[in-house]
Amino acid sequence: MKGVRYYPGFLPLTVLCLVILYAPLIVVMAYSFNGSTSITKWGGFSLRWYVDVFTGPDAGRFGQAAWNSLTIALMAATSATVIATAAALAMVKGGRFRGKGASFALINLPLMVPEIVTAVASLIFFTAIGLTTGYGTILVAHMAFCIPFAFLPIAARLEGIEGSYEQAARDLYATRAQAFRLILLPLLAPGLASGWLLAFIISLDDFIITNFVKGAGMETLPTAIFGSVKQGIKPNIMAISTLMLAVSVLFVTAAYLINRKGQKTP
Amino acid sequence: MAGGDTSWRPLARPLLIPAWLVIGIFALLPVLLMAVYSFLTKEFRGGVIWDFTLTAYDQFFITRGLFGDEAAQVEWTYITIFGLSILQAGICTALCLIVGFPTAWFIATRPARTRAVWLFLITIPYWVNLLIRTVSLKFLIRDNGPLNEGLMSIGLIDGPLPLVNTNLAVQLGLFYSYLPFMVLPIYAAVERYNFALSEAAADLYASRWTTLREIVLPVVRPGIVAGCILVFVPALGAFLAPDLLGGAKTFMIGSLIEEQFKGSQGNWPFGAAVSMILLSLVLMALLIYARAAAREGER
Amino acid sequence: MRKLLLGTCLLASPAFAEGELKVYHWFEYIPQELVDKFQAETGIAVTIDTYDSNESMLAALKAGRLGEYDVAVPADFMVGIMIADGMLDSFTPEEMPNLGNIEPKWLDVPFDPGRKHSIPYQWGSTSFSVNRDVYQGDISSLATIFDPPPELSGKINVLDSQNEVLILGSLYLGIPQCTQDREQLKALNDMLLAAKPHWASFGSDIAKDVLVSGDAAAGMIYNGFSAKARAEGANVEYVYPKEGHVVWMDNVVLLKDAPNRDHALKFMNFLLDPVNAAAVTNYAAYTSGVAGVEPYLDEAIKTSPENNPPADITPGVFAEACDEETQKLYDAIWTNLKK
Repeated sequence: MKGVRYYPGFLPLTVLCLVILYAPLIVVMAYSFNGSTSITKWGGFSLRWYVDVFTGPDAGRFGQAAWNSLTIALMAATSATVIATAAALAMVKGGRFRGKGASFALINLPLMVPEIVTAVASLIFFTAIGLTTGYGTILVAHMAFCIPFAFLPIAARLEGIEGSYEQAARDLYATRAQAFRLILLPLLAPGLASGWLLAFIISLDDFIITNFVKGAGMETLPTAIFGSVKQGIKPNIMAISTLMLAVSVLFVTAAYLINRKGQKTP
Repeated sequence: MAGGDTSWRPLARPLLIPAWLVIGIFALLPVLLMAVYSFLTKEFRGGVIWDFTLTAYDQFFITRGLFGDEAAQVEWTYITIFGLSILQAGICTALCLIVGFPTAWFIATRPARTRAVWLFLITIPYWVNLLIRTVSLKFLIRDNGPLNEGLMSIGLIDGPLPLVNTNLAVQLGLFYSYLPFMVLPIYAAVERYNFALSEAAADLYASRWTTLREIVLPVVRPGIVAGCILVFVPALGAFLAPDLLGGAKTFMIGSLIEEQFKGSQGNWPFGAAVSMILLSLVLMALLIYARAAAREGER
Repeated sequence: MRKLLLGTCLLASPAFAEGELKVYHWFEYIPQELVDKFQAETGIAVTIDTYDSNESMLAALKAGRLGEYDVAVPADFMVGIMIADGMLDSFTPEEMPNLGNIEPKWLDVPFDPGRKHSIPYQWGSTSFSVNRDVYQGDISSLATIFDPPPELSGKINVLDSQNEVLILGSLYLGIPQCTQDREQLKALNDMLLAAKPHWASFGSDIAKDVLVSGDAAAGMIYNGFSAKARAEGANVEYVYPKEGHVVWMDNVVLLKDAPNRDHALKFMNFLLDPVNAAAVTNYAAYTSGVAGVEPYLDEAIKTSPENNPPADITPGVFAEACDEETQKLYDAIWTNLKK
C-alpha cells in the first residue's frame, strides 16, 4: 500500500509537464552553437555566436538590455510582492468592509486589460502628466501589472492559514509585529515565493507595454530581442537566451546553497 | 483573549492603500482614459477626435453590409471572435489544470528542502523570452521537425502529423505559455494541506479519489481558483501563440485589438471599445465569483 | 557577470558626446558599425529607438512621442500621411549638400514632391517567391498565390499586412487601388475569401523562415528577404509577376519639433553619402536610392536576381493612401478575410 501522498498518474503528468517545459529549450541551446547564420539550417558546431554576443557590434546594447531587464524584474517583482502581501492580508484577514469587491476588481485590473491598451493608454497618460519615459516609467508600469500575479498566489495561501496560530502567539505575549514576523510570515512563505516568481517572469518577459513606455535609447531584453525578428531570428539570440538560462541556474544554485546553510544552523 | 487582539479588520484599509495607489494611478487612470476613448470619434489612421459618439460599439454589435447601406443586422463577426477566444482560453485553462495540479502536488510532497528548487525548475524556462520559446516549439513540431521525424523513424506514423498551423498547435503554445501560472498558486495552497486528513480518510476506507475530491480539493480550492484566473484571463488576450503556431488565419481578441492600434486600420475608439467589452465580461465573472466566495465564507 | 555588464554599459555611452541625436527606426535596419562611424566622425551621440510597423510608429508619435525624436524612417505612403498630418519639418537644399546624390527618379516622388521632408533610405519590392524544389511549373502570374496549383495549395504563407495583400490582390484582378466601385470591391472580397483555404498561414516577420524551414513552399515576401532565404539554402525564386508588383521605399524624414534639428540634418546628409548608403544596402539587402553606390556594394547583392529584375517586367506600383471613406471598405474586406 502506497502512502496517501501517492496518486497513480500524477508522476507521469509531472514528467510530461517538465518535458514540455524543457524540450524547446534544448532547441534553443543546440542552435546557439550553430555555425550558420540561420536558425533553421544546421551549419556545424561553433562558438561564434557566443563570441558575437560579447564582442559583436551589438554587445553593448544586449549587455545593457539584459542588465535593465534583470534589475527592473527584481525591483518590480519585489515591490509588487510587498504591495500584494499587504493587500492580501487586508482582503483575506480583514473581514467584510465597504469597497472590498471594488478593491478585488482593482487589484486584478492589470490582468484584465489587454496589454496593448495599457501600453497606449500609459504612454498617453505619462506624456500628459509630463513624465519622461525611460527606466522609471518602465519600472512603475511593470510594478502595476505584476501586482495581480503576486496577489493571487499569496491570497490563495493566506486563505488556508487559520487565525488560531496567530492567536496562540499573542496568547504567549508575542507582540503583534512578532506574531506576524515569526508565525504568519513563515507560514506564508510558499505563497510569497510563488507570487514573487510569477511576478518576476512576467516582468522579465514583457514586450508590448515596455516597448511603448521605454523612451528613446532604453532597451530591455525582450525589446532588443524582438528587434532581431525583422530579419529573422539569428543564432546570437539563441546564445543570449542560453546565457540567460545559465544565469537563472546560477541563481537557483545560490538559492539552494543558502537555503541549505540556513537549515543547518537553526 | 489573553494575548490581545489579532483582528486585521482595522488594518484592512491602510494595508490596501499602496495597491490602490499604484494600480489606481498606473492602471486604473489609463483604463478610464481608454473608456473615454471608446466613446470618441476615430481620427483617420490612429488617434481620436473629441466628439462623443457610439460608433465604436455600433460597429461591434451591428452590421449594415460591406457598403453600409443594407438593413441593420446583428454583427456576428466580433461576437464569434469572442466566443472562439473564450473557448480557446477555457481549453487552455483545463489543460493547465490537468497537468498543473499533479505537478504542484508532486512538488508539495517533496522534502521541504528541495521544494524551492522544484519551483525554480518550473520557472527557469521562462527566463527565455516567450517569442524564442514559441519559435523553438514550432521548430519541434513542424512537418520535418524532430517530433515527426522521431515518430516516423520508430514507425509509429507513416507521414508527418500536420501540427503547425492547427488549433492543436495553438493549444500547445498557450498551454506552454501559461503553465507555471497554474502550478505555482496551486502549490502554494497544496503545501498547506495536512496529510493526516488523508490518512484519516483512508482509515475510514475512503478511496484515494474520494479523498481527493471530498477532502483535498476544498482545502486547495483557493489555489486552483487563483491559478485558473491567472491562466484564463491572460490566455483570452494572447496573440503570440495563435499567430506563430496557428498561422494567424483568424483574428482572436488579442490580435483584433492589436490591429486597431498597430495595424493599418488605426481605429483607436474601436480597439478601446473591444477592450472595454472584454474588460466588463471578465470583471463581471470575477465579481460573481467573489460574491459567491464571500457568501460561502459566511456560512 | 555584473562587472562584465557594467563594463559594457560604460562602453555604450561615448564620453565625448558633443550633442545628441534621437533616431526612431525599424528594428534591425541599420548596421551598428555605421552608427559608430557617424558618432566617430561628428561626435554626436546617437540613440536609436525601434518600432515594428509603420502604423505602430504613427501610433506612438500620435500618443505623444512627437518632439522626442529627430528623425524616423516611414515607408512611402506613410510619408504622405505624415506630411498631410503636419508631423514633418522641411529642409532646404542648402541644408542638405548631398541632396544631389539622390538618383533622379527618386528625387521627385509623388509622396514628397521635390524632397522637402524626406530622403531615400532603401527601396525594394513585394511580390512572392516559390520553392522550385516543390513546384517547377509556371509561376509568372499572381495566380500562383491567389489561385494556386494543387502542388502549392495549403503550403502558402501570406504577409500579415492589409496593404500588401489587398494591393497584390487588386493587381491580380486588374482593378485600381482605392477604388470605390462596388463590383470591383465585391470581386476582390470574393476572390480573397476563395483563396484563403489555399493558404497555410499569415505572417510577415516569419516570411523568410517559413520558406527556409519548408513550412511553406511559396509565400508573399519582400525581395531582400527572399534573397536572404536563398542565401540560407532554400531553392526559392523571387517572381516579378506579369500583373505587376508593389514597390515601396523607406525614407528618412525630419520630424516636426525635432530637439536636435541640426544633428538630424547632418545624419540625413551622412546617409546620402554613397559609401554609407552602400553600407546600409549590404546589411539590409535592398536597394539604396543613392547614385554611385555600386563600387561599394558586396558582389552578392550587386548581382542578386531579386534586386536586378529583367528589363521587360511589368513595372511596380506604390501603395496609394486612400481617403477615409474608401479605406473603410478595404478595412472591412480585411476583417472579412481574417474572421
